[in-house]
Amino acid sequence: MNSGLYAKRRRRNVITMGLAYGATGFGLSWLVVILAVLLWEGFSGLSLSVFTEMTPPPGSAGGLLNPIAGSLVMTVIAVLIGTPLGVLAGTYMAEYGRYDKLTTVVRFINDILLSAPSIVVGLFIYEVMVAQMGHFSGWAGAVSLAVIVVPVVVRTTEDMLTLVPDTLREAAASIGLPRSLMIQRVAYRAARAGMITGVLLAIARISGETAPLLFTALNNQFWSLNLNAPVSSLPVVIFQFALSPYSDWQKLAWTGALIITLAVLALSIVARILTAQRKTS
Amino acid sequence: MSVAAITVPTVTHALAQGEDLMEKISVKNLDFYYGDHRALKSISVPLYRGKVTAFIGPSGCGKSTLLRILNRMYDLYPNQRATGHVTLDNSNILAPSQDLNLLRAKVGMVFQKPTPFPMTIFENIAFGIRLYERLSKSELEDRVRHALERAALWDEVKDKLGANGLSLSGGQQQRLCIARTVAVRPEVILFDEPCSALDPISTAKIEELIDELKDDYTIAIVTHNMQQAARVSDFTAFMYLGELVEFGETTRIFTTPSDRRTQDYITGRFG
Repeated sequence: MNSGLYAKRRRRNVITMGLAYGATGFGLSWLVVILAVLLWEGFSGLSLSVFTEMTPPPGSAGGLLNPIAGSLVMTVIAVLIGTPLGVLAGTYMAEYGRYDKLTTVVRFINDILLSAPSIVVGLFIYEVMVAQMGHFSGWAGAVSLAVIVVPVVVRTTEDMLTLVPDTLREAAASIGLPRSLMIQRVAYRAARAGMITGVLLAIARISGETAPLLFTALNNQFWSLNLNAPVSSLPVVIFQFALSPYSDWQKLAWTGALIITLAVLALSIVARILTAQRKTS
Repeated sequence: MSVAAITVPTVTHALAQGEDLMEKISVKNLDFYYGDHRALKSISVPLYRGKVTAFIGPSGCGKSTLLRILNRMYDLYPNQRATGHVTLDNSNILAPSQDLNLLRAKVGMVFQKPTPFPMTIFENIAFGIRLYERLSKSELEDRVRHALERAALWDEVKDKLGANGLSLSGGQQQRLCIARTVAVRPEVILFDEPCSALDPISTAKIEELIDELKDDYTIAIVTHNMQQAARVSDFTAFMYLGELVEFGETTRIFTTPSDRRTQDYITGRFG
């Protein structure tokens, strides 16, 4: 054995490991700093009135009730529109059309949609909905968010169904189960946790989206759940308040950012628990 | 080579003299293609009603492929096709008009790896029954119980029918799959190496089960294990490189094979 060669290899190992740890630490430290500032600035403004009062004019007290409600409503509608579309498309790709050319094409386009800048989605919905209807609206906001939900759900549905072993499909077929029932009763059941995780991740993704809402739902200073009119949302309020010169608006923007972050964190934790359950079962 | 190394497996079944044999399934001039690759070459073989037929041969000889034609499992995949004749009770199952779900309800299959559905033990069995029959709750419970008894699993699971099928041991899961197959009341059961993932005790249980099941069903079993073929089957087919080399009563195949290749294989010279 050449001990010089071995010593050299060990040295290289130490250096590479050092670089890897350094890069990880560098990346994580920024995340910690961002979260720390967010917690510091956001927590001090967190109070019951944030959840019970409307966005105030500059210089007076208020809360974030209307943007929270607006965000919730638009997110729910976006998920209600996007999830069935995404699940059905993903099901086609993984089950019915697994060996079709069309699936390859759809997957390619879906991947593009998945990484498309969300401002482009906003502009698109502006053109097809806002410009046609003549005014900004909650519906347009919800649809633009749905456009972002679809590719995420398509992707996870296809991936999760592809993970279901073919032996299970064959077993289902072997007792005379038609394919549609096999998918509903066996494949979906086996892939359920992963598919729900996909929807949760899609919600996490859209809950911070600002660009598409700026072009579609715009904003509304007052309490309004009329989806045919502009609707307030947390990301847009944060955007507007954070850029304002008023310190009480800036304070509310921090608090709003904290609320979104905590919501996304909660979703991620639920997604993790579901994924872990899938692995153990 | 020592004498011990070429011991021929002991055959446990012998046919009664002058027994009437009825062909439940008959395969005639069957070819099978994976794309352009011809995996089966003019196979002709009968499966007799109420008998166990074993398919043996080295890996890749086409025995599983043949089994998967009998319930048209290959139809799930593209670029696979069969030509020739396969009849079940004199009707051609290769016909395009054949309803695949009805065929598979008649010709059940048990796989190499246990494949319980991700649901409770009770549901694993009841699921298949409900597909083709409308039963009252108590009738359904009876059928589930009967199927589990048939698969020699009832005593082990009767107190936990609500538990997930995946929580059972490998051998129990395989018997659950047999119960699931039996519950649909098929006429033919195909076993594709049902014991290759199981320990010897579970294997013995499954073999016993196959022996009991043949009174009511026509059975085909693919196995790598020649002792197993000798123990459970009445007829044996030896396949090699996509051809059916020899078919006959298990007693004869294992004692006086007429083909040199069969003899070499069962005495362990290759494969």
